[in-house]
Amino acid sequence: MNDTIAAISTSLGKGAISIIRVSGPKAINIVNKIFIGNNLNKCSSHTINYGYIKDKEEKIDEVLVSLMKAPKTFTMEDVVEINCHGGTQTTKKIFEILLLNGIRIAEPGEFTKRAFLNGRIDLVEAESVMEIINAETENARKLSINNLTVNLSNEIKIIREDLLNLLANIEVNIDYPEYEDIEVINIQKIKVEIQKIKIKIEKLVNTSENSKIIKEGIKTLIIGKPNVGKSSLLNSLLEEEKAIVTDIAGTTRDIVEGKITIEGIILDLIDTAGIRSTEDVIEKIGVNKSLGYIDDADLILAVFDVSNELSTEDYKIIDKIKNKNVIAILNKIDLKKDYFKIKVPFKRIVYTNTKDYKTIENLKREIINMYNLNKINASNLTYLSNVRQITLGKEALELTLSVLEGINNNIPIDIIAIDIKLIWEKLGEIIGKNYADDLLDKLFSNFCLGK
Amino acid sequence: MIYDIIIVGGGHAGCEAALISARKKKKTLLVTSNIKNIADMPCNPSLGGPAKGIVIREIDALGGEMGKNADKSMLQIKMLNTKKGPAVQALRAQIDKIEYAKNMINTLKKEKNLQIEEGMVEDLIIHNEKVEGIILSNGKTIKSKIVILTTGTYLKSQILIGDNRIDSGPHNEKPVLYLSDNLKKRGFEVKRLKTGTPPRIKKESIDFSKMFIQEGDKKYYSYSFDNKYYYCIDNQQSCYLTYTNKITHDIIKDNLSKSSMYGGHVEGVGPRYCPSIEDKVVRFEERERHQLFLEPESLHYDDFYLQGLSTSMPHNIQEKLVKSVSGLENAQITKYAYAIEYDAFDSLQLQRTLESKLIKNLYLAGQINGTSGYEEAACQGLIAGINAVLNLENKEPLILNRNQAYIGVLIDDLVTKGIIDPYRLLTSRAEYRLLLRNDNADLRLMEIGFNLGLVPKIKYDHMKNREKQIKELEVYLKEKRLNPTKKVNNFLQNLNSALLKDSIALYELLKRPEITIKVIEIIEPINFSDNIKEQVEINIKYEGYITKALKEADKLNNLERTLIPESIDYNKINNLASEARQKLSLVKPTSIGQALRISGVNPADISILMVYIKKIKHE
Repeated sequence: MNDTIAAISTSLGKGAISIIRVSGPKAINIVNKIFIGNNLNKCSSHTINYGYIKDKEEKIDEVLVSLMKAPKTFTMEDVVEINCHGGTQTTKKIFEILLLNGIRIAEPGEFTKRAFLNGRIDLVEAESVMEIINAETENARKLSINNLTVNLSNEIKIIREDLLNLLANIEVNIDYPEYEDIEVINIQKIKVEIQKIKIKIEKLVNTSENSKIIKEGIKTLIIGKPNVGKSSLLNSLLEEEKAIVTDIAGTTRDIVEGKITIEGIILDLIDTAGIRSTEDVIEKIGVNKSLGYIDDADLILAVFDVSNELSTEDYKIIDKIKNKNVIAILNKIDLKKDYFKIKVPFKRIVYTNTKDYKTIENLKREIINMYNLNKINASNLTYLSNVRQITLGKEALELTLSVLEGINNNIPIDIIAIDIKLIWEKLGEIIGKNYADDLLDKLFSNFCLGK
Repeated sequence: MIYDIIIVGGGHAGCEAALISARKKKKTLLVTSNIKNIADMPCNPSLGGPAKGIVIREIDALGGEMGKNADKSMLQIKMLNTKKGPAVQALRAQIDKIEYAKNMINTLKKEKNLQIEEGMVEDLIIHNEKVEGIILSNGKTIKSKIVILTTGTYLKSQILIGDNRIDSGPHNEKPVLYLSDNLKKRGFEVKRLKTGTPPRIKKESIDFSKMFIQEGDKKYYSYSFDNKYYYCIDNQQSCYLTYTNKITHDIIKDNLSKSSMYGGHVEGVGPRYCPSIEDKVVRFEERERHQLFLEPESLHYDDFYLQGLSTSMPHNIQEKLVKSVSGLENAQITKYAYAIEYDAFDSLQLQRTLESKLIKNLYLAGQINGTSGYEEAACQGLIAGINAVLNLENKEPLILNRNQAYIGVLIDDLVTKGIIDPYRLLTSRAEYRLLLRNDNADLRLMEIGFNLGLVPKIKYDHMKNREKQIKELEVYLKEKRLNPTKKVNNFLQNLNSALLKDSIALYELLKRPEITIKVIEIIEPINFSDNIKEQVEINIKYEGYITKALKEADKLNNLERTLIPESIDYNKINNLASEARQKLSLVKPTSIGQALRISGVNPADISILMVYIKKIKHE
């Protein structure tokens, strides 16, 4: 952490302005070397300075340089931000000049990592910043900012305080068994308290499930035997949302054919057709692979062709997905009059004709209803925002259940107290008040620490 | 003549250390200011209680004396917390103070490698940061390879009653005036602590008929795993419960400024868990009464200890206070309550072996390290004694972990967290208390005691046999099945327990909350002794919880194994918070596990530290 790092903080592409952020002990010195204007070494902190960036003696761009001296900066180190004119070429050029002068490219999240390690932000805040970086939609951004304002920390602190009071009461009864001066705790009182705490944790965990949808989107798998109209469905869905159609290759496991947003929520569409080829052998592999996707998907759109009777292949698919979140799409209704006679064992069924735009609207409405998408209001949510936090929240919730179960099974107070302490610790881990070895391992795998 | 080990102080820490040293055939000298006060109990006449009682069992399993000596001197014994679960049950015994000291002195006298000498230690002989003996107040020097300081509350102690402050140890004994100043010059951090003791009341002057009688359990218990009973359950001495009242509280409020504590005469920090009656009345004003227990001190004299009325009021106010209490209207005070201030050394300057970080071969144990309580002192004396012996024999020291023994918790807290007020062991200090039970102290620790040569073979074999029987009973319960006969189902129905459809192993049946071994025995006799059944029942009923505790303990052990190089310079680690830097430099933790328990060191500091360690290892 002794070196100085830089990153282009705005996204590369068309935009009026780009910002390059530099942080570290040499930030001011090095930027000053390539800056024509006031001597930055002599400027006061938190000022904006007008001038030019030069390469040797050539003026590259007209810029505004924000100067922020340690420790009142995001990383608590000296920070310089260069506001230059947008466009890939200029920004990249300035960035290169910085690198040539001994500044290192920041790893993803490294500014946040420094902010955390320097004590500027706590664990929750660090994770929130990572989420802002990764947030892809407006809703997700709102959520992250809300989290930054330490709603979550406060909520958890309150629950932990309740737990601590309860624990203290239990402990003092154990360590001072014959004293009447202290409130005598009994299993009934513990039960009442834990039930209250359980409700609070439940609320946290449940809203987090929503937040996961907001942030990560709904992984939507389109499945069906060949020629039932999967690709047409995909195209119809993408059709009206041309602006955000992308052909992003996702992780090595997913091939995301496209993204659409419904009520501000992202649907990652995965078309199983997309991973198969016309060759028969490969098709088999493709089918096997798409079966593997089923477990990962949040939502499955199962497409059936109503112009033909359901085949064994259809039933195989039905069997594979019967316990999943499924919307059955009975397609090609234009080709058969009594299409409603075809029966599939799913609760949610939509009849479509991919050429008829209204039928696609019906599908979208079904998705909105299914997830209550129109009711998710991001700004009011206090939530656990990533897998680590959600896992800990769920573990805490399970422990409350274990406490209540223990009470019903006549498990004595001293042992019940152990679980209560664990709940307290789990919640502490969420906000970084407890040290657990794998906590930092997990967290910093996002930050690339320890190389 | 050069001794192997000199022990300074004949209290509970000193006695344990001296016995270990002598039994391991080291030339041992115990120096005390007054032989009559060896193994004295200057405060409460009881031993044990939550956590503390378990420590006595651990001392016994490791080959210490306190448990055996307590058994010989018992007036009454009880198992506490029986309704709160297996992890926190503990014995507490009323002890005959005279008998306890007499029995301990007899035991000490039997050790032929142990000499006892009266003397007041004033300074240590130190060369090259290594101790080489002691200097007495009469100028005499005695040389030794190792010195263990167990001076209790005697360092510059002062007795406080009202506005009166006199240089004195307990029982008007002379305090040790110069030793703490001399060690301070060598870099020892001194802390001023305070404790107190309540008045003693003459038995004939107490009207017990106005009080509530508190009797011992009608069951035989012993602290020692020797399982010898020196008392008769029907002949135990009773304690009595009475209460303060509004008049008592008014007397205190009216005279608050006369108390040493509230008159501004006390500088030492008192124990939070053991407040004086002044504190209780001021801090808990809404309470209408506080409990007072009357406990017999000895069969050899008449005093009763008035637990709950610790005070530093002047004598005339104490008279009024005591007489305001129901049953004590005519009470005669035989000894007045007092507060005592004394010097203790900062336990952060100790290694986990209880050897000083500043002076080699110097060990400190007991109240000198800022603890309170006889049991806390004794176990430190034991560990210091054992480690002194191992040091002389060039062997690996004995360090008990937090998941192994309450003793491990205590010492780790001392050397890692340090103390602010006198430290008392509590069950809540132990994160793995389900593992650290009263009933399994032998199974946890006797192997260590035996390997050290401190536990005789016969006692060890007894433990091994117990271990074997526990396994046998577990196997039996897993194999023995109950069939769904009419008789069995009738029996279960009577217990409101689910009826059987198929046969079930007794082991599984025992997991039902309403089923105990005792209940099963009604239909299926189990031929094992009670203590084996108890052990197995705990293992079965709480199996899930025990497994969980073991898993947690494992995690901790992994962190304990991530060692911090001794040569580490915390000033060279960038970005450590300054408080963490300071604390880490002071404590010098040996492992990441220890480092993360230091207060003021937060997770971010630990991650920075781990990265740094990785980095220097890489280089």
